[in-house]
Amino acid sequence: MIALAPHPIDPAGLLADFTRAAGGAGGIVSFSGLVRAEGGVTELWLDHHERLTPAAVEKLAAAALGRFALVDLAIVHRVGAVAAGEPVVFVAAAAAHRRAAFDAVDFAMDQLKTAVPLWKCERRGPERTWVEARVQDHADAARWERMDG
Amino acid sequence: MKLRFFGRLRDAIGGELLIDVPPEVSDSEQLRAWLGQRHPALLDPSVKVALDDCILVAPQPIAGVREIAFLPPVSGG
Repeated sequence: MIALAPHPIDPAGLLADFTRAAGGAGGIVSFSGLVRAEGGVTELWLDHHERLTPAAVEKLAAAALGRFALVDLAIVHRVGAVAAGEPVVFVAAAAAHRRAAFDAVDFAMDQLKTAVPLWKCERRGPERTWVEARVQDHADAARWERMDG
Repeated sequence: MKLRFFGRLRDAIGGELLIDVPPEVSDSEQLRAWLGQRHPALLDPSVKVALDDCILVAPQPIAGVREIAFLPPVSGG
């Protein structure tokens, strides 16, 4: 499942569905990202473009499926308002062997943070702060390009 | 012509503007420079431009384009 979700997501339920559907896999790795409640953040608001963003997520999923020996891949990313402590992203990869599944999830998260048109705004009560990918996020994403080199 | 702004640009400029572009503004970079006189945030080279859902890597003509989107650096995940 590759989707942008305007409503709350349930990583445990998504993983259960993904596991049931991933016939033939020898291992499944999943990652659930939550909105950190640090610094007084009460809510994230995720801006997106209704065509560019899903196209970019589909493209990154295709890249992951082409790059790693996967049985299946799931990416579900929230858009809109997400309360502190709530899940904002779910990524799962199923593969015959664990390394491909770990790497695919790591790769997908790096790409989601740096290459997909999504924009986070942290809300602290009435205050709003737009977030940009950190230097570390770009360094993490660049690791995959070096491996391509 | 419909202009759309995302992320921090949405707060700075608004989500959407419908404007008449003067005839001397013929490509995406000229449009950026023209709009940037009023909205300097658009002049930041990290802001990408998309013409009808195609993110540009070089200036392109804007004649006949329906939607131009201005995309600041992203922050998903």
